[in-house]
Amino acid sequence: MNQVIFDIITNEKIAKDVYKLVLYGDTSGITAPGQFVNIALDGFFLRRPLSVCDWDLSLLTLIYKTVGDGTKALSEMKRGSLDILTGLGNGFDTELCGANPLLIGGGAGVPPMYGLCKRLREMGAAPTVVIGFNGAEDVFYYEEFEKLGALTAVGTADGSFGIRGFVTDVIRALDLSYSGYCACGPEPMLKAVAEELPHIKGQLSFEERMACGFGVCMGCSCKTKYGSKRICKDGPVLKSDEVVW
Amino acid sequence: MADMSVTLCGLRLDNPVIPASGTFGYGAEFKDFYDINILGSFCFKGTTKEPRFGNPTPRIAECSGGMINSIGLQNPGIEAVVSEELPNIAAYFKKPVIANVGGYSVSEFVYCTEMLNASPQVGIIEVNISCPNIHRGGANFASDPKTAAEVTAAVRRVTKKPIFIKLSPNVTSITDVAKACEEAGADGLSLINTLLGMRIDIRKARPVIANKIGGFSGRAIFPVALRMVYDTAAAVRIPIMGIGGVATARDVIEMMMAGATAVQVGAENLRNPFVCREIIEELPKLMAELNIERLADIIGIAQ
Repeated sequence: MNQVIFDIITNEKIAKDVYKLVLYGDTSGITAPGQFVNIALDGFFLRRPLSVCDWDLSLLTLIYKTVGDGTKALSEMKRGSLDILTGLGNGFDTELCGANPLLIGGGAGVPPMYGLCKRLREMGAAPTVVIGFNGAEDVFYYEEFEKLGALTAVGTADGSFGIRGFVTDVIRALDLSYSGYCACGPEPMLKAVAEELPHIKGQLSFEERMACGFGVCMGCSCKTKYGSKRICKDGPVLKSDEVVW
Repeated sequence: MADMSVTLCGLRLDNPVIPASGTFGYGAEFKDFYDINILGSFCFKGTTKEPRFGNPTPRIAECSGGMINSIGLQNPGIEAVVSEELPNIAAYFKKPVIANVGGYSVSEFVYCTEMLNASPQVGIIEVNISCPNIHRGGANFASDPKTAAEVTAAVRRVTKKPIFIKLSPNVTSITDVAKACEEAGADGLSLINTLLGMRIDIRKARPVIANKIGGFSGRAIFPVALRMVYDTAAAVRIPIMGIGGVATARDVIEMMMAGATAVQVGAENLRNPFVCREIIEELPKLMAELNIERLADIIGIAQ
């Protein structure tokens, strides 16, 4: 974990209630896609944990949904700097994904899939991407995934964009075979994905309310087949064979 | 050079700054952030007889100037703490630590305390009779001077280590509970534990925290804690560790002037993991500004 002051480069709306925040600063604390950062905001006691969408040596991209007062306040910051703890959590293990993994993102769970997809492409893998949203106005990053050269399919619950249905409906429609899968999204989606792909090794990124984000407060504990784990420190990514649903 | 040292029941601390139980784990994460040997000591996560997973999630809610938690004493149990965590701590923390013990019964407090007797690295045992998250409604042994004294006396009988009883603010008169603990043989008092609080998710029309209520901590509770330390220091002769909303060197000075011999920093560690280091660096500057040569000299001077 590093504590870094980042400068805001851009902070723009890219879909309904969804913002893309690009920051300039030292990203060396980030070691794996699927990790998160914890952002201090003036006037709020706790930091806001946001998953990392993408990063290079000096730029950090975060995509977040405005779900409460904190993220709303963040969306109004167009310039200035932010105190951020970086490199939190384990992230996805790209080595476990194999040659043709399936990446699944639901809503606010889509962003970490981008950084993962990019790194898998750099490693020579051929990932398939399935992303799900409620409706067309919620869709983001479809073209960005395509630009990475990944076969990308979109599902919307109301059918207003892509295939009608949940990500599991899209997975069924594609009917392909995969070397592994990685998923991030609401827990019911993760559960449905794990049930849809019972014979493939998966990595699932979970979300929980947390205070510290670095493993000491025990606010985000969950039970796994191998004992209690902290979503913030031992997760957010758990392996499909350890999850207790 | 400013003298920040204080002495707590014969235990000399380089400075009065101590991370509070439940906000510092066993120090393993923080030792990667900064050299934790600069701390006066630290108080590790509350320990019960058996391993406990704790309460269902969500366990955390935010509020203005603070947070509410309902962890429910998640810990690996006293045996694992003695056989695994304490040896781990010895590798990276070279000073005596403060062990925090919790329990559902007098015998559980006694059992945990006895288990710690053989660990020389435990300098003080803090007896947490005031966890708000283990009984529905927040009732605990600190709610009544009689039950508080009962736990104190029982623990007193089984250890020679200094025992500090951690008191609850959720009482009519904290000084009555404090005096009862003093009479029952407590070497010192830690106060305050969290205030009872809650938040409601207005979209779901349900409490945010799964357990509905939790313990409110953070900067907002500082004046409440300070008042209770001030009143308690006037009522007892044993030393006090002041706890509650401490976030700055100034807060430490206020707590000590109110009567605290040492000061614990809790929830602030969770939002700013470097806060204890910042306070320790800032204290000598503030002491110089206030013409304080020895920090120990200011204990209780506002009385």
